[in-house]
Amino acid sequence: MTTAVSLKAITRRFGEVLALDAIDLDIAEGEFFAMLGPSGSGKTTCLRVIAGFEQPSSGELSIFGQRAEGVPPYKRNVNTVFQDYALFPHLNVIDNVAYSLMLRKVPVAERYSQAEAVLDMVKLAGYGMRRPGQLSGGQRQRVALARALVNQPKVLLLDEPLGALDLKLREQMQEELKSLQKRLGITFIFVTHDQGEAMSMADRIAVFNLGKIMQVGTPEEIYLKPASRFVADFVGSSNVLPPDFVARTTGKASWASLRPEAITVTAGAGQPDLTGTVVARNYLGATTRITVDLGGQRLHAVLPSGAGVPLEGSVVTVDFDPSALHRMDDTP
Amino acid sequence: MRSDAPRAPWGLKLAAGAGLVFMIAPLLLIFVYAFTTEERTYQWPPPGFTLQWFGVTWGRTDVWQALTLSVQVATISTAIALVLGTLCAAAVSGSKFFGREVISLLVILPIALPGIITGIALRSAFGMTDIPFSFWTIVVGHATFCVVTVYNNAVARFRRTSGSLIEASMDLGADQFQTFRYVILPNIGTALLAGGMLAFALSFDEVIVTTFTAGQQQTLPLWMLEELVRPRQRPVTNVVAVVVVLVTTIPILLAFYLTRDGDQIAGSGK
Repeated sequence: MTTAVSLKAITRRFGEVLALDAIDLDIAEGEFFAMLGPSGSGKTTCLRVIAGFEQPSSGELSIFGQRAEGVPPYKRNVNTVFQDYALFPHLNVIDNVAYSLMLRKVPVAERYSQAEAVLDMVKLAGYGMRRPGQLSGGQRQRVALARALVNQPKVLLLDEPLGALDLKLREQMQEELKSLQKRLGITFIFVTHDQGEAMSMADRIAVFNLGKIMQVGTPEEIYLKPASRFVADFVGSSNVLPPDFVARTTGKASWASLRPEAITVTAGAGQPDLTGTVVARNYLGATTRITVDLGGQRLHAVLPSGAGVPLEGSVVTVDFDPSALHRMDDTP
Repeated sequence: MRSDAPRAPWGLKLAAGAGLVFMIAPLLLIFVYAFTTEERTYQWPPPGFTLQWFGVTWGRTDVWQALTLSVQVATISTAIALVLGTLCAAAVSGSKFFGREVISLLVILPIALPGIITGIALRSAFGMTDIPFSFWTIVVGHATFCVVTVYNNAVARFRRTSGSLIEASMDLGADQFQTFRYVILPNIGTALLAGGMLAFALSFDEVIVTTFTAGQQQTLPLWMLEELVRPRQRPVTNVVAVVVVLVTTIPILLAFYLTRDGDQIAGSGK
């Protein structure tokens, strides 16, 4: 498999601040890759380094085998969908989409037929004569996508592409982006702070924190085997257990993560360390999530909805297979 | 919509009308005296009306010289203001640097200061550095306040133009020059036109700074000032005044309409 984008020890400093701290990353051709992290974690800077808006302070960046440090954005075969879409307000939709073709001096007729074809692909056929100001947020997003794709880039970068859309539209666009990427076979790299979005869309995810990559892996690996406390905490749904709790229940001290669905719950008191009170009960449809307080340590468990789910305030004993515990290092 | 608006009491209407008459009537007098047959005094009512002063004015070389000089000065100071004002606005709105607010204030200062201060300051500076008063000293004097109008218009537009537009343009394959031509210029174009027209109009009727920075040259306003003390062919001054009113009003009106449309375009993009 060809490597589309390769970063070797990429570092970016802004004065005293280390925005990217020796990032090593290889992204394969045709991959749908997510950069996930809280704000200020360096994920957007990383994207901007690949786009060419930022130059690395040190390190090597290659795009399809060609070194790219110092190459300006207009000489890279990489296009970006901006968070605020950045559509040109003085041009109508078709001229926005055809902008890069105009720069490449493609003859007018061909320019517009290509732009029209891409607009059709993002389901905006017939919107060419409108101004960006006359479109809804979702439509502007599609125009931004069409404008970036018309150039047939080898890599498409998306900066929080769905952040400004409402939930319903976001879910719809997630699916469309995914199928578009499959159809075109282009490498998509997208930045998001929404772990659900990263999980559902990406082939692989890099979790960023404080300018470093904490873990790279498939959504499954990130979910089942978080490499550190930070990843388990940020990705969210797993229980993060401190060493003393793990020592008491399994005998060996270390941080561990435990998936809520690996926990079974029985009514009544049992082994003291594993007996607690149900403090919250969230109905999620097919499943119900309960929170059990074990003398200060809270555990989330996901149970099939129905009569078996204990009520709030009831005393229960939790149990889990020690092999379901995933031990991890202590990086906060 | 009109019926919803509360009706103004007749007293207020009368006061507003009187105010307008007070402002506009003297202007109309200038127009009337351009056609009078009396050439030494401003006699009311005019003893008769004639078109001869337009012919006389047309034939006077001093009028043409003053007019040409004024147009040249206004054109060149506006051109200087367009370049400097745009660059300054781009710097102030495009980046954060130490002393940015100070620079912004210093650029606006010449229009906030009384013209007489600017005039004296420039005169003593030119005198101190032994620069002879010439066409160019007038141009420099005018450029100081022309920059302000261009800067003010451009900086407002730059602030509304998202920085990612420039990145988007470069991302799509445009180098710096192409980005300026295809993205920046169309987005700030009307603001520059409006600022430039205001600058031109300001320069065209400027008296005070010109008085201090001119040598033997007479711009149109200076010529008019001198003409008023000389009781010969007085209506010629009025004819010129009518022309000046037209020459300065039309660009200001155009600038007003252009920026109004610009605001609508920029506003609807958000």
